Amino acid sequence: MEPIVIIDYGAGNLRSVQKAFERLGHRAVFASDPAALADAPAIVFPGQGASPPAMAALERDGMGDAVRAAIAAGTPFFGVCLGLQVLLERSEEGDTACLGVIPGTVKRFDGRLKVPHMGWNAVEPRGEHPVFDGVPPGSYFYFVHSYYAAPSDEAWVAGTTTYGTEFASVVARGNLVATQFHPEKSGEVGLRLYDNFVKHLVRPRAT
Amino acid sequence: MPWYAGYAMLTKRIIPCLDVTGGRVVKGRSFVGLRDAGDPVELAAFYDRAGADELVFLDITASSDGRDTMIDVVKRVSEQVFIPLTVGGGVRSAADVRRLLQAGADKVAMNTAAVLDPAAFAEAAEAFGNQCMVIAIDARRVGHDGPAADPGLLADDHPGRRGLALGPDSRWEVYVHGGRTPTGIDAVKWAEYAVGLGAGEVLLTSMDRDGHLDGYDLELTRAVADAVPVPVIASGGAGNPSHMAEAVSDGPGGGGADAALAASIFHYGEFTVAEAKRQMAAAGLPIREATS
Repeated sequence: MEPIVIIDYGAGNLRSVQKAFERLGHRAVFASDPAALADAPAIVFPGQGASPPAMAALERDGMGDAVRAAIAAGTPFFGVCLGLQVLLERSEEGDTACLGVIPGTVKRFDGRLKVPHMGWNAVEPRGEHPVFDGVPPGSYFYFVHSYYAAPSDEAWVAGTTTYGTEFASVVARGNLVATQFHPEKSGEVGLRLYDNFVKHLVRPRAT
Repeated sequence: MPWYAGYAMLTKRIIPCLDVTGGRVVKGRSFVGLRDAGDPVELAAFYDRAGADELVFLDITASSDGRDTMIDVVKRVSEQVFIPLTVGGGVRSAADVRRLLQAGADKVAMNTAAVLDPAAFAEAAEAFGNQCMVIAIDARRVGHDGPAADPGLLADDHPGRRGLALGPDSRWEVYVHGGRTPTGIDAVKWAEYAVGLGAGEVLLTSMDRDGHLDGYDLELTRAVADAVPVPVIASGGAGNPSHMAEAVSDGPGGGGADAALAASIFHYGEFTVAEAKRQMAAAGLPIREATS
């Protein structure tokens, strides 16, 4: 299989994402050129930091269009943290227009909570998405974020977490899965999620 | 049920702290089953298996050669261990922060440099996001016999000379240079100010308690946890798991912290992370149970 492509648009440390896939025996390379997405067997879309500069970077060099095209073409796609949030239509963070792949908005946590929501919290799967294969319900994953995705169509919600409010910590449909938490920072269960992505969403298409 | 009923599902974190110099972890005991207890990668993997929620690596080297060695340590650890990694010690500028993040750190802690040059801390937070910037504060109770702050330490226009300065109600003072130098700054006010500069987390060490193994300074911890809207890591004084439970308890008398950091009790093997977590869970605290 050709290597998995990790999109590099200047939003945070990508090294641990790459190392996580390598640990699992899957080659992964960085790409900052939108053209590299067209032939990718799978795409990982990480991200940290704030939505406004991230969206500006994505729109500046055409990466945003390439992301939309790859998802529409059915390329297996894994978004992480900010890489989930920018898939929605709009973010309250700087009132930013996002990629609009998923209907809904990104909201800020209640001001009475400690923000960022930082640490290990439980994820309850909704439905039976294959990324949860072998992952017990209520497993803990590592979160660092101040905003959360609120898809307007509940069918997108594949897992939920509660922090003041219950929010979508995993969204998925077809070839696309995205997590608000960081699988590459969530120990064994996190690596399991990446492995399941390759096993169930990427490999069946690649062969 | 209160509006924040689901709040407790976010678990309280246990964070072992490792002091590193010359690419080696100091203070380590001889861990059973480890080939090399001074090797940062082996120790990090050991703590990961034991259920540590995060790791803090503190660079205690002063030289610039040591800095390069630390970058290498961070690279090697982050390739092998898939839990969050905070790195601190001698971080002076946004450029230093960038190098550590690129090496694989998830968060970077600034202490002395943030006090002496708050703009440097703000610059790093602006560039890399609040979520990866930790303000490390060494605080000491006022009213002891130590020397007063040198008036020349802070620049003329530094807020530590005005609004953040110690006042009649101040109870803890910020110290810098590894706890050797008093600043005349109120620790609680400094924590609030640093969050305004862009700190996403506070690593709060009680110098009065550090090394004494008789429990955290719960009043200090509570004062800062109540004052800031970001997570607080309690540090200094852990001697057993019930001290850690007190530090993160939100109940009356508890420290109200989000995480408890400890070095000695884990390094010297008095308690494992897993044992600490079992005791804390038994005390009713939300804890991520160790998997192995």
